[in-house]
Amino acid sequence: MIDQENQEVSNEEEFRKIEITVFRYNPQNSNTKPEYQTYTLEETPGMTLYIALIKIWSTMDHNISFDFVCRAGICGSCSMVVNGKPRLACKTRTSEFEDGKITLLPLPTFKHIKDLSVDTGNWMNAMSKKVESWIHAKEETDITAIEKPVEPDVAQAVFELDRCIECGICLAACSTKIMKEDFVGAVGLNRTARFAIDPHDERSDEDFYELIGDDNGVFGCMSLMGCEDHCPKDLPLQTKIAYMRRKMVKM
Amino acid sequence: MKIVYTDALIVGGGLAGLRSAIATREKGLDTIVISMVPVKRSHSAAAQGGMQASLGNAVMGEGDNEDVHFADTVKGSDWGCDQNVARMFVTTAPKAIRELAAWGVPWNRIGKGPREVIINGEKETIVEKDEAHGLINARDFGGTKKWRTCYTSDATGHTMLYAVANEALRRNVEIHDKKEAISIIHENGICGGVVARDLISGELIAYIAKGTMIATGGYGRIYKQSTNAIICKGVGVAIALETGIVQLGNMEAVQFHPTPIVPSGILLTEGCRGDGGVLRDKDGYRFMPDYEPEKKELASRDVVSRRMIEHIRKGKGVKSPYGDHLWLDISILGREHIEKNLHDVQDISKTFNGIDPADEGEKGWMPVLPMQHYSMGGIRVKPTGESTTMKGLFCSGEAACWDLHGFNRLGGNSVSEAVVAGMIVGEYFASYCKETHLTTNTFTIQKFLEVQKAYLQEILSYDGGKNIFDIKDRMRIIMQEKVGVFRNGKDLSDAVDELEDLLKMVKEITVTDKALCINPELNEAYRVTKMLKLALCVSKGALERTESRGAHFREDYTKRDDENWLNRTITTWTDPNDTMPTLSYEEIDISKMEMPPAFRGYGKKGAIMSNPLSEIREEEITKIKETLGKVDRFTTQEALLDFDLPKEYKRKNERMGVGYD
Repeated sequence: MIDQENQEVSNEEEFRKIEITVFRYNPQNSNTKPEYQTYTLEETPGMTLYIALIKIWSTMDHNISFDFVCRAGICGSCSMVVNGKPRLACKTRTSEFEDGKITLLPLPTFKHIKDLSVDTGNWMNAMSKKVESWIHAKEETDITAIEKPVEPDVAQAVFELDRCIECGICLAACSTKIMKEDFVGAVGLNRTARFAIDPHDERSDEDFYELIGDDNGVFGCMSLMGCEDHCPKDLPLQTKIAYMRRKMVKM
Repeated sequence: MKIVYTDALIVGGGLAGLRSAIATREKGLDTIVISMVPVKRSHSAAAQGGMQASLGNAVMGEGDNEDVHFADTVKGSDWGCDQNVARMFVTTAPKAIRELAAWGVPWNRIGKGPREVIINGEKETIVEKDEAHGLINARDFGGTKKWRTCYTSDATGHTMLYAVANEALRRNVEIHDKKEAISIIHENGICGGVVARDLISGELIAYIAKGTMIATGGYGRIYKQSTNAIICKGVGVAIALETGIVQLGNMEAVQFHPTPIVPSGILLTEGCRGDGGVLRDKDGYRFMPDYEPEKKELASRDVVSRRMIEHIRKGKGVKSPYGDHLWLDISILGREHIEKNLHDVQDISKTFNGIDPADEGEKGWMPVLPMQHYSMGGIRVKPTGESTTMKGLFCSGEAACWDLHGFNRLGGNSVSEAVVAGMIVGEYFASYCKETHLTTNTFTIQKFLEVQKAYLQEILSYDGGKNIFDIKDRMRIIMQEKVGVFRNGKDLSDAVDELEDLLKMVKEITVTDKALCINPELNEAYRVTKMLKLALCVSKGALERTESRGAHFREDYTKRDDENWLNRTITTWTDPNDTMPTLSYEEIDISKMEMPPAFRGYGKKGAIMSNPLSEIREEEITKIKETLGKVDRFTTQEALLDFDLPKEYKRKNERMGVGYD
């Protein structure tokens, strides 16, 4: 029988025990203080942190909070710090950790909600508005008419940058963001790069300069490359930040 | 008492909800979207393979138009859909895709000249026309006559959702995330808004609006194995049911997708087979052509899923610690194609199974098995999207039984429905909000808030020692084992009984943490109660429906019975103390059909008990066509079925080579 969450398997193999240590804190409740809690569980084949945390929640501690939605690396909900590195928990397999010890912390730079849960939605919405993360075109489109042709390679290039899932990992891995609250980060700069190469968007370099031509934008980046090193979608963030900076320096 | 007033309230921030929010903002209405999760995390993002729209740009889509898309959709639905709605949909879909293109969705574009593709397991060269260069491309999908599914690699839902969400932000749609609607406020049969719970502070908020729309998606999580995101619990549909007034339609119509990966249940898009991938058994043998000589791997999803289980039952499944499965082989498409067009599939397979599907031969085969994927059923609405029985309550997308999909949805028609319904229903919804005044009495609002407050307290006071997680697990196993791909009277009857017991058992749980603020166990307690009600609607509907239609297959009634069962199951929950839904049926009128019931062209032959009215309508159609003489296709269509649409969407669609014809 298949059991996708608990991954119970029918044969009776012996599995190793792993220890998952979780940062626990509920800012809503003034009686609690931050602490670590360790859970010991059996590691089933193919176990991910999603499977492990669901197991902890449903069988060991019903009160633990975390954020999963798609559990397939597509929605960007479950970013957290895993043994010191920001990662998508659903795509992290427990077998990677040889000593079987895993420590989980909430993603820094976002408002903490409880335990491993943080508020990414409001920050990302504000960032999207700040960089005007949409097509700017003067003419209205007649949606009954044949669409405007786009070179296949250009569409593909735009798609590659549009793959960003706004998981927040690039921000958690960024020293500028930790120092500067309003820095739009690689996620925001990548969005501008995406629209800058989109033939539907009529914004000029001057227009982009208005949005990101300062220390909270493209000049805040110190090129430490934490964003690109940790991006779960392998986006070419440094190249794209450099691309926008070159454009902006010319202004 | 916290009350938030707005013009238009939308519950659910996926494609359908956000596109509707754009429609209400365009009419100048204040609009709030409430969502359990940040809207860009909605399950729409997980749609992979693409969106159907009959553009007819690609050479393999040549000759495509609304009529062909309509016929495919009706056949796919096994004649269960509302043909009026199907017409509204196919007419608007090309406009939706062009609107999205203008909003920046980077649709894959056609390159002129020859290119190599895999068709029926063989390499073939097709040549794209010069004038098609740069226009929106399409891939093949199941149950379609033409290549009609437009895509951005295998992340189509993601790019669509981001474009629509950002357009909503641009129009200052107010987004309140981490809020969950837990009850619908209504008075004199009119919807006044919802009671929502702040999932962080636990505060109850009354959102009061001129019109309310539910766009909360499906309820796949009532099944143990589902491709659905873990938020797809159907709470939005359940709170509509709990009004006692709102009707749900065709809840037993549940789609099982042929190729989720084993064991995680994460979807591998139909685009895998659309692009030429094949299914293999334990001997590496490609078995689908034996069962479905014409459509092979690309018959509709219900048919392919059944054939796969049939084949496993013959002992041809691959043994694994997780049970038997089959193989999906896309290695034949070549590494370059996979890395460009099936990028996420490759990523999923590598991450969760350690298999690189681009590796040649057996090494690259991915283990797959049919699992729950889509809810055709939902809140029963009129073609305008308004509830059939509650004024001011609208519904769009997967949460609705509009009814575009009948008993089986075609691949590529779901994200397409989400945005198209967002446009059409969004427009009707906006007009309604524009013309309506707030009428809900504050006393009523307070009453609804108090009922919910008392209900949450009641849950916390239960002290029977049972565990809500065990009840949930049991429900999901029952649905999996007894209300699955193949169904029979005995199992369904057992399922109904056991689910009823589980629903009663909820009062015997104990919630360990008594906090009203952020408390994931309390969330689960009320959500599972709602899920159990939906599970009962599904299984009871399936038990009573003694025929096989689309995804609903009865081993004890294997034929589609048009004489007795060409109808829609209507479910209500008439009294809050009931432990069983009330069923009734809504007839589907053959005499008004543009396409009367016939054989679908795939699936088992001779498995139809026809209705004599089908033949009569067929003759009538022939006569109407003769009387009309030589006229264009639009005139013929209108004579057979006249449908309404907002004016802007009724306009004709231009296509390459044929203009607006």
